[in-house]
Amino acid sequence: MAKYLLLKHYRGAPAPVNDVPMDQWTPDEISAHMQYMRDFATRLEGTGEFVDGQALAPEGTFVRYDGEGRPPVTDGPFAETKDLIAGWMVLDVDSYERAIELAGELSAAPGAGGKPIHEWLEVRPFLAAPPTISE
Amino acid sequence: MDEVLLRSLTPSVLGILVRRGADFAAAEDAVQDALVEAVRAWPADQPRDPKGWLVTVAWRRFLDATRADTARRRREDHADEEPTPGPAPAVDDTLQLYFLCAHPSLTPSSAVALTLRAVGGLTTRQIAHAYLVPEATMAQRISRAKRTVSGVRFDQPGDVATVLRVLYLVFNEGYSGDVDLAAEAIRLTRQLRSAVDHPEVAGLLALMLLHHARRAARTAADGSLVPLAEQDRGRWDTVSIAEGVEILQAALARDRLGEFQAQAAIAALHADAPTAEETDWVQIVEWYDELARLTDSPVVRLNRAVAVGEADGPRAGLAALVALDDALPRRAAVAAYLHERDGDLATAARLYAEAARKAPNLAERDHLTRQAARLNTRR
Repeated sequence: MAKYLLLKHYRGAPAPVNDVPMDQWTPDEISAHMQYMRDFATRLEGTGEFVDGQALAPEGTFVRYDGEGRPPVTDGPFAETKDLIAGWMVLDVDSYERAIELAGELSAAPGAGGKPIHEWLEVRPFLAAPPTISE
Repeated sequence: MDEVLLRSLTPSVLGILVRRGADFAAAEDAVQDALVEAVRAWPADQPRDPKGWLVTVAWRRFLDATRADTARRRREDHADEEPTPGPAPAVDDTLQLYFLCAHPSLTPSSAVALTLRAVGGLTTRQIAHAYLVPEATMAQRISRAKRTVSGVRFDQPGDVATVLRVLYLVFNEGYSGDVDLAAEAIRLTRQLRSAVDHPEVAGLLALMLLHHARRAARTAADGSLVPLAEQDRGRWDTVSIAEGVEILQAALARDRLGEFQAQAAIAALHADAPTAEETDWVQIVEWYDELARLTDSPVVRLNRAVAVGEADGPRAGLAALVALDDALPRRAAVAAYLHERDGDLATAARLYAEAARKAPNLAERDHLTRQAARLNTRR
């Protein structure tokens, strides 16, 4: 088993095929989308492959240490060009191929007109603990 | 076996151990052990005196955990294991435990965790599940909290207001899990009310009951939020409402108004309206004025603007918003609603979308996005 992070971006990913912001969909289309996402997570809980899913607020701040006795320096929120994570799903699956297959299904969530969004999701393998048998 | 009934014995059992000289942290662990043991043993053999049983077992656990491991000490201690006969001052002990667990030296999250465990009798695992953190994290939070209050004298009087803030947090920020934290907050507030006579304790209990009564109507089958005006009022729990109103009226009659009584009065006026249109908004505005005098919080002034918008029209509501900071959470959502009622749908849609971007939780974000979508896609 290996863990994979499926990342959804507010900005920074290539544009999806069905590129209409959600506040321009009909309320029914929004409901259908939410239902698809819920069903997807429920199904993966059922197969024993779901680990975690979280959504993030669209604004964040960069912070760094600024020396002894000084408060941290903060920067942001940033302008439209920066990459911005919207949320993630963590899966524990048997293979990279399975992670890609599931990300493809998630990207097919319906959007405007009830058609798949074809959203670009980023799949990132976790760096796991080393195996017990190494030779 | 009724687990809630069992847990309701927690504070008095813990109080007895502390009165007998056990230090709080060790006594609390011993009571938890006794509760676990009760859950295991009682279904087969329920004791006639459940509280006496818990005291005996908890005291034994406490002694096991603390005494030196010599046979001689064990023989000496044996005599101490017999519970002191006669009733213990349970009410006072319970109140003292509330004060200790909400002590001002604790952070809000620590006070919440300690109250749920030491007063509520919940296990660390249950509390961790409810707040969506790992069990080890919650265990650390609780043991640090116990260390923080270890020097506090048990008979030192506390401030009821700090206890109420903790119970309010449990009710209002209770997440999911196998424990219903809203119901637990109501139970703990009810128990507090039987230990101390204070109109704000009654006010908070009334507030909780009146909001809890709407719970079934607050979410649709798909999990989306249903705003107050669109709720099916037939699904409101009339028993809860009746109890909340009765408790509130008795508290108000004592003429010592506080913020929880004022908030409960507003909730009671909503509960009293058979339909949203029949809501007595004029009186609700008056209560928000009282509340603003008591707290002067920007959140109160924001909610007041909504009520003014209903009582005197959306323009008046928008005028009441002008003085409020743009960065105030939910301000954009309120402005959107008032602009929609005023007929400016384009501005309303833009503000709903802005409010969705700033929403503090998923349910509100989805709700506000739907509102924007509804206006943007209207035919």
